Amino acid sequence: MKSIILIVGARLQVALLLIFSLYMLLRGHNDPGGGFIGGLIAAIGFTIYAIACGTVSAREALRFEPASIAAVGLGCSLLAGAMAIIWGDAPFTGQWLFIGAEDGDKKGLPISSILLFDLGVYLVVLGAVLSIVFALEENI
Amino acid sequence: MSWVLSLPLIIPFATAVFAFLLRNSPLGRWTSLVGSSVGLVASIALMSTVLHHQVITGQMGNWPAPFGITLVADLLSAVMVLITAITGIAVAIYALGDIDETRERLGYHALFQVLIAGVTGAFLTGDLFNLYVWFEVMLIASFGLLVLGGSREQIDGGVKYVTLNLISTIMFLTGIGLIYGLTGTLNLADLSGKLDAVENQGLVTVIAMLFMVAFGVKAAVFPLFFWLPASYHTPSFAVSAVFAGLLTKVGVYALIRTFTLLFDGDVGLTHTILLWVAGFTMVTGVLGAAVQNDFRKILSFHIVSQIGYMIMGLALLTPLALLGAVFYLLHHIIVKANLFLIAGVAKQLTGSTELAKIGGLYRSSPLLAALFLIPAFSLAGFPPLSGFWAKYILVKASLDEELWFLAFVALAVGLMTIFSMTKIWAEVFWKAHPDGRQPALSGLVGRTSLIVPIAGLALMTMVVGLMPEPFVTFAEQSAAQLLDPTPYITTVLGPQP
Repeated sequence: MKSIILIVGARLQVALLLIFSLYMLLRGHNDPGGGFIGGLIAAIGFTIYAIACGTVSAREALRFEPASIAAVGLGCSLLAGAMAIIWGDAPFTGQWLFIGAEDGDKKGLPISSILLFDLGVYLVVLGAVLSIVFALEENI
Repeated sequence: MSWVLSLPLIIPFATAVFAFLLRNSPLGRWTSLVGSSVGLVASIALMSTVLHHQVITGQMGNWPAPFGITLVADLLSAVMVLITAITGIAVAIYALGDIDETRERLGYHALFQVLIAGVTGAFLTGDLFNLYVWFEVMLIASFGLLVLGGSREQIDGGVKYVTLNLISTIMFLTGIGLIYGLTGTLNLADLSGKLDAVENQGLVTVIAMLFMVAFGVKAAVFPLFFWLPASYHTPSFAVSAVFAGLLTKVGVYALIRTFTLLFDGDVGLTHTILLWVAGFTMVTGVLGAAVQNDFRKILSFHIVSQIGYMIMGLALLTPLALLGAVFYLLHHIIVKANLFLIAGVAKQLTGSTELAKIGGLYRSSPLLAALFLIPAFSLAGFPPLSGFWAKYILVKASLDEELWFLAFVALAVGLMTIFSMTKIWAEVFWKAHPDGRQPALSGLVGRTSLIVPIAGLALMTMVVGLMPEPFVTFAEQSAAQLLDPTPYITTVLGPQP
């Protein structure tokens, strides 16, 4: 089924959903949100695209194999946890860098290993959900 | 400490990532092998640390217990992690010759490493919720491995496996919810004290029963074992060897851990039930095996029957019986994984696993026949192999408790095991192949990678059998730790008032 209305609508929605998913990922540290929900929202975006334009173009738009995205995500999360060894902390201890802060007043732009962990979760969820969705779409 | 504890977990996960990204190249299988070797080194390091300190603990993310994610290793956990790594590397070598390229492209090596991580995590975790999480990791990875290749038979086995395991998981989760509502904590060490102080001891017993059923399904005890013989004969041989060696043992480990550390308040009820369960498990398993005519199905039913012995050790709850249970656990993992690996080679040589359709291995591959005899006799409890000491200790423990009938059952089941093993021997090795084939090992592609792990595991069985002393001493120490959990609790939570 090809519907011109759906295809045009889908393009708008996919862009919006992907931006919104990044927003959810970034606000997740102290507010509701985070990698899991962000990944789900991004997966919804690509799912809509797959329904409107077919899985072939959705796979092209994604550029990478969904399962590989999930594997890279798992790698990111592991790396975020293993980074703690550099500072001699226990695994998965959050490490913070405040860009532009003066002698540790924590006022600069905060960057943390937790963000990398969340990004990993985001990719795992995105990849895993899309693997399932594409496989189902292609077999129906 | 926390790094020594977490490396056996981080390494298989990292290996899984790389093996998955390299799944289309031959490098993938070598990644898996290298990862398993590094994992083995990490678990040896863990073992030596634990031998030095007795119990060690680590807090992930530096959040203190009982709030954070706690990893704990006492002697039992450490040795289970070590034996998991040993099985892991044996199967990783075996997979070089057993797993075809189609399965590799679908991500066999990554799933295998995730499975090893899940099993290791279940042994190391210090709280109930994470135990649940590791069970899920294991379940997902094992389901993937079970259906990999996607034959009709595999999907059939996979669906049964997942359905029954999900039911067990739901029971487990219900129990976790109730326990949290009752005590406000899920940390095992913390719970150990708080459960005794709960006023409503009746509810604690109810929770204990929920846990018993949940872990009973995982461990495949009577009457909850039906998923096991329905699924273990379907996947590739490397996969079924890991399953046979490790998966049910995680259930047994969880039973041992919770019913020594947490639910020791109403021993008269819970452990009597376990005692009956143990007896019935032994008998039904061995009877089920007697009527089967497929190499792997016979072995699957024997897993069930052997689980009964371990539960028997737990149910008796004397130092000697727990020693026997721990010893049995270790002996069984090595022997059972090895038998499945041998079944795989036999299948490749003769073309089938159905006893009626194969034969002639003794004449044309005497090496394989000799290697089969070691784990098979060990399973049946022949002296001087490892299984003899394991059975001897457990029978002695039940005689000490004056449970004559149970001791009789344990001995009779051993005898029936010999019957099944001789059946396999006579049909697979002794009689001539019905098609007149000469299944010689020399004609097998990749035979080195298939035979090396089998010989290695057989050697371990011999060593444990001929020099049981250090292993028994070790099992004795870990049984003492299980019976007196004070060091476990003080290590996790600090000195208690």
